[in-house]
Formats: sequence, structure tokens, C-alpha cells
Amino acid sequence: MAQTFEEISAADFFYRNRDIAGFTNPSRAIFAAVRELVENALDAAESLRMPPDVYIRLLFEGEAGKEAQIYRLRVEDNGIGVPPRHIPSAFAQVFFGSKYKLKQARGTFGLGGKMAILYGQITTHQPVSIVSSTGRARIYMYRLMIDIQRNRPLILDRKVLINKEGWRGTVVEFSLEGNYLRAMPKILEYFKQTALVNPYANLTFVDPKGRLYKFTRVTEKMPDLPEETLPHPYGVDVELLQRLIQVTPYRNMFEFIKNSFHRVGETTAHKFLEFSNIRPSKNPKKLSHEEIVRLMHMLKQYEEFLPPNAGCLSPLGEELLKVGIMKELKPEFVAVCQRRPATYAGHPFITEVAIAYGGEVPKKGDFIVCRFANRIPLLYDEASDVSVRVIKSMNWRRYKVTPDMPIAIFVHICSTKIPYKTVGKEFIADRPEVKKEILNGIREVARKLRRFLTRREHVDRERKRMGIFSKYLPKIARFSTELAGEEKPPDIRKLIRSVKKFGEEV
Amino acid sequence: MVKKYKGIMIEKKKEILTSLENLGAKIYGQMDNGFFPWIEMPSRSTENIYYDPQIRQFILGDKRVRRSARNIRHVKPFTQLVWTAYFSHELTSQRKTSTLRDVYYSAQAYEMKFKDQQESNSIITDLETVLGFSREDFNIFPEERSAVFGDLTIEYTVPGYEGKTLNLTSHPDGVMIGPALTSSELVKTTADKVIAIEKGGLFTRFIEENVHKRFNAILVLTAGQAPRATRQFIKRLNSELKLPVYIFTDGDPWGMHIATVIISGSANAAHLRELTTPDAKWGGVWATDIINYKLPTDPLEEVDIKRLHELQRDPRYKDPLWQREIKTFLRIKKKCELESFSRYGLAYVVNEYLPRRLSELKG
Repeated sequence: MAQTFEEISAADFFYRNRDIAGFTNPSRAIFAAVRELVENALDAAESLRMPPDVYIRLLFEGEAGKEAQIYRLRVEDNGIGVPPRHIPSAFAQVFFGSKYKLKQARGTFGLGGKMAILYGQITTHQPVSIVSSTGRARIYMYRLMIDIQRNRPLILDRKVLINKEGWRGTVVEFSLEGNYLRAMPKILEYFKQTALVNPYANLTFVDPKGRLYKFTRVTEKMPDLPEETLPHPYGVDVELLQRLIQVTPYRNMFEFIKNSFHRVGETTAHKFLEFSNIRPSKNPKKLSHEEIVRLMHMLKQYEEFLPPNAGCLSPLGEELLKVGIMKELKPEFVAVCQRRPATYAGHPFITEVAIAYGGEVPKKGDFIVCRFANRIPLLYDEASDVSVRVIKSMNWRRYKVTPDMPIAIFVHICSTKIPYKTVGKEFIADRPEVKKEILNGIREVARKLRRFLTRREHVDRERKRMGIFSKYLPKIARFSTELAGEEKPPDIRKLIRSVKKFGEEV
Repeated sequence: MVKKYKGIMIEKKKEILTSLENLGAKIYGQMDNGFFPWIEMPSRSTENIYYDPQIRQFILGDKRVRRSARNIRHVKPFTQLVWTAYFSHELTSQRKTSTLRDVYYSAQAYEMKFKDQQESNSIITDLETVLGFSREDFNIFPEERSAVFGDLTIEYTVPGYEGKTLNLTSHPDGVMIGPALTSSELVKTTADKVIAIEKGGLFTRFIEENVHKRFNAILVLTAGQAPRATRQFIKRLNSELKLPVYIFTDGDPWGMHIATVIISGSANAAHLRELTTPDAKWGGVWATDIINYKLPTDPLEEVDIKRLHELQRDPRYKDPLWQREIKTFLRIKKKCELESFSRYGLAYVVNEYLPRRLSELKG
């Protein structure tokens, strides 16, 4: 990939390869555009610790062929806003973004939003309009296009308004080709699941038919912000190493190693350089390509790096996950479990798992599986996902569970690098470390579900038993009184009371 | 002839009412003393059914079962049993009759739901077993009806007909054997035998051919497997009027068994007495008749052969005549119907076969 970049611009590259970013066809494209912009909007608010208010509107603009229409997409947020001088690059230059650091965030590489804008431009030849303010005195309005060949923003129009009301946030609006009718089920499911993992967000969606979908926050509580961290030595690749070397201010290997990696201090840096036989005084900027490749291999081979810690992760937390599930599905029972941080290939990750039973969980003849990665719902390619494989491999009878029960299982993985199997970012690969965490998490919540089902079964049986006795004993009393020619029926309250004592005995 | 049956009946009704009341009093007492009520009765499971060669019928053994209202699985049938006892008491004391189907529906008026007819029937059988009386004694009758024809005068005892008499030749289709008939006094007869017939067609032929006159017989139509009321009526004809009983059925294992149930009773009614006529005789159609009369036949089917093998081991069939006929059936692998004599003309069965057979059985 690094070599490709030298030949064509990044924008051009993604223009030619838009399939891999999820813009495969009109219905996938409109779904992906909505999703990318909503995730950016949520991130923008969360980075300020503000409960997000996101408004999404899709307008029908006209037909664009047999299977596609033109829509106008508008997404508003109450987030941090973009500083005016960054607006053109942030929205019209690929590979420019605020997320280009190592911490957990919804998007990575700041690609998705721009990909959507780029897709809109190439399908409709319309500019994107951006309104943003960081909450200070002014509001900035831009109309932009992307110069695809040069990967540069073209500013068509720029206005500055006085921000009398102290508004803060960003509005993105542009036209794109899509097929809403086809994408509708996925888009609505996306909103429902997004509302579920963001119970502190208000989401308002107006669809092309003018229908309003509103998902209201039920809590102001938000998960802790992730800390930024340096990359862990086990997790680097050649491309990342090259970039680190480019940006480092240090001029010798010792300082470079010590200051560029997570959990590497003086001692470790010394030991590592000794182990890999690299001169500490060597200038990292002068490493040849072959030396960089070797450095990467040595970093992976050295066994004494400390494992990464999870401060850079922002899991939802058991409480919020539970609140979100209760809000969207109102189940009779829910159990949640957050696993301790784990790592795969140098990347820390945390798995959160939940199981919900009854309420508005639909009965579909199979479990409902909701997958999330860094709080993004994953809606496509379910069958290939590691969670689904884990769920299918389990013996559910052990948990008194059958597929015809109304059961939903939630798996949330957060990581600085989600092990997606494809660039489309729709399903998670079978990493043994990840698989193990998911399995153990599901087992734990399944055990809790079993306890709930067992207790309920017991209560049901007891209630039924009592029902039978209190139905029939009075009748026996009545008919035997009549048969015996007695005046008043025998007192059976004592008998009915005593039935409880017998418990399970029959 | 002395009217003795009415007296017996009145005594018996009293006895039945008392036993129902005692059952109620027992259960009432148990509850009043703070106990879960329970009852005990002989087990009707197959391991507890024995053939008693002395009285020549099936009886229940010593095994007993206890039904307790304390048991969650018993409390509903227990309640149904108490209700059935209560309902039977109402019927008997008000001298009303009811059918099995009726009982099933009547229960619903008391919010006593039976799952189906079978459940209510089996509860009635429980009550029979507990008290040792048959359901007809509680004025509960099955739907199925059979008929009787012949020179027998009866006197009704049912309300509204007390003292009225009827001669059973008065209707050419025969008189239905229902509760009114079975509770009647048998007043007078010139007949000297009873002929029971499995099928309606032949019953009618016998009446048309004056069999009742020519053979001095009372004709009884069993209409297939004889209902209990019919079996009880046949028994009364045999024991009160001392009339020998001859049974004519189809020539196959099922016909044989119709005769056997009249003679020796069924396993289902092992808890009851007074339903069997041990001296009654099976008149045919025998397997040997098929050979001797060259009757038109059908081949025996799988189920027929299986049934014959069962009968061969059945204690009710140990008599040499039965054994000979079973062996013959198995040998010729053929069966025939009562009507098959018609190949020699409609009157042949009455003119030739019947007199010959009756004299054979007598001698």
C-alpha cells in the first residue's frame, strides 16, 4: 500500500477502490454514508464529554436510474466542532483527520466520512456543504469539493456568521446516489442498535418519506474517555514504523525506541537494542527500508516487552450496556459481563457481552445476535463473525435455552485495532484470543440466564401447584358436604396453607 | 310368577345411596379433621386382573391403590370422583337416568371439566371400583342400545310407568334394552330359551321367520359387543327365568369373543359381578360349520390370526369346544358371517341350521 500512495493520490486510490470501504452498491452506499457520518457525529460529541444530540435527515431529490435515486443527506451534531482552518482538509482531503492517533475511536484513519463525501461527489457532482463552530464567536460555512487527482480540497464558497446563540457543533450536508428502500431495514436496525450502545445519545432520523424515528437518551452517564497511547511494539507494521520515524523528533535509536512505544522505558529500550543488535546512537531517519523491516521483526520477536494496558480503551461498561438493552428491548431479564482487558498481537481489547430474554426481544426461531465494535453496530456478514461462530458452537441446552426462545445476545469488542477480517469492517476474524474472551463472556451471562430461567420455572411450578390445590380442594369439600348431608363445609384453609410446605414432593 | 325383582331393586337402590353417602361422609370427616382426603380401591391394572375358574369370570386381585388429594397428580381426578359420586347420588335419589355423554357435559355445569369423554368414563369406572356397583346402578347408561323380542311380559318400575305391563312381542322391531326395561319385573313368559344374535339383519330375519314361536325363544340383539345392560338382562333371563342361553355370532375370532364376554365377562369389568352368564353357550357360526355346510368365506387376515393366537392362551377359552374351533380356524384360515347361510336360501338358517344346532347343544 505504501508504494501505491507514491504513485496515485489517496483520494484517487479510494475512488478506484470504493468497494472495500463499503460503497459497493446504491443500497450499501447509502447505509455506509449514514453510518460513517453518524459515528463521526457521536465521536465529536463524546470527545467533549457531551451527551450527543444527532439529527439525521434524508431527502429524496430525484431518480438516478433503475436501482438508484439521488438523496440529500444531512447530519447535525452538538460536538466539538472543527477549527475553521481545518475544515477544508477535514472534509475534503483523504487521510487528514483528528483520529490519526492511537486510541479507541469509532472510525479509524478518518476515512469513512470523507469516503461518503467523495462517493457523493462522484455520483452527483455536487459539492458538500459544511457548517461548523467550536462554540466561539463565529460560525463557518463552506462549500467544498475534492480535487480527486491531487487529493486537495477545493473551496467553492466560504461564509462567516456571528454565533449569537453560542451554537457548537457541525452540520454536514451533501447529495449522493443510493437506494433507500432497499437499505431501509438495515438503516433502521443500525439506529436501533446504535441507540442501544449509546443510551446517553439522542438520535433523530427523518427518512425520505418524512417518517420520524426518535431514539431518546435515558441517561446522561457516558463511558470514560480513552487515553491516547503510543503503539505497542508487538502491534506495529512496516507502514506504521515508517510513519513513526517520519514524525519523530529524536535523532538516535535509543531515544526513538524509548519515546515511541507503549510501555517501553529506558531499561527495556536498552535491552531491546542489545537484543536486536542495533546501535543506540544510530539515526532512525537514516534506516533503509530493509532495516525497517528487520526492526519490525525484532520488535515482534523480543519477548520481554510488557503487555499493553487498557487505559486507551473505552468500553461501554456493564451498567450502560444494561441500560441500553433495557431501553431498546425492555427484556424480562438481562445479564451483562465485561471481561478483563486482554491483548492480541500487541493490541489491547476488552470484550463486553450481554444476554437478554423476553420482553420485546422477538422470537425468530434462532437467537438474535447484535455485534458491536468500538460501539459501532455491525450489521452485515453475520454468519462469518467470530461471535456467531462461538454462539453456534456452544451447547445451549446446558443453559436451559432453546433457539425458539426470545433471546438476544450482544457482543461488544473494543480495541485500538479491531481485528476485522475485511476492509469493509463488517465482521471480526477468528482470533483465538478474541474468541476465548467472547466464549467466556457468553458462558458467564448464559449461566446467569440459566439461574433466572430455573428460578422462574420453579416459581411457575409452585404457582401452578398452588392453583391446582386451591381450585380443587374447595370442590372436594363442597361435594363431600352435600353427599354426607352435612350443614357446613369442612375448614380447608389449613390444608391449602400446608400445601406450600410440601415443596417439590408429589 | 312372584314379583321379586322390584323388592331387590328397592333394597339395592337404598344400598347404593347409603354407600355413596358413606363415601361422602368419609371424605368429609378426613377434611374436617385436617387431613387430605384419600380413598383406597382395588387396582385395575392388568397385573391385578385374574381369571377365577370358580365363578367363571375375571376378578381383581388383592392389589390396592390409594388416591390422595395431597398428591398434585391425584387431586383433580379425586375431585372428579367426588363430583361423580355426588352426581350419581342426585340421579339415583331423584330416579333420573343419564348417559355417559350426559355425565361428561353435566360436569361442566359444576365447573368440573373433563378433558374428554374417555376421562369421564374412566372416573365413572373408578367409582364403580370404589363402591363395587356398576354404573347402571347409579343410573348412568352407555349410549349403545340393543333390543329384545319374544313372549315375555314385563312390568315397569320407572317413574310414571309403575305397574304398566308390556309384552315384548308387541313391536316387530323388538324393544330397546334401555334403563326402563332393565329395571322392570320379568312377569311371565312361555319361552324356554334365549337366543342372542350379534347382528340386526339376522335378528329381523328370525322375527320374520317366527323363530320365537317355532323355537319358544326370546330373541336378543346384541348389536356387536353386548352392552353391559344387555349382558345384565341376559343374565336375569337366565337366572330369574332359568332359561338356557344360546349365542350366535359371525364365524371369526371377534364373533367368538362377543359370545365369551356374555358368558365370562371382560377384563374391563373385572371389578363387577352380575354381568356374566357362565352357562350360556356359543351356537355358531363355528369353524367346523364352514367346512360342514360349505359356507362362502373370506380369508383370515393378519389381525384375525393374531387374535386367534391370543384367544388360544386365554383362560376363558380352555373349554375343548373353543380349542377345537380355534384350531380349525387356524387350519382352514377362513372366516364367515352369519348371513353366509343365505346361499342356501333366506330361510335355510332357520329351517335347517338352527334346529340342528340347538338339539346338538342340548344333547
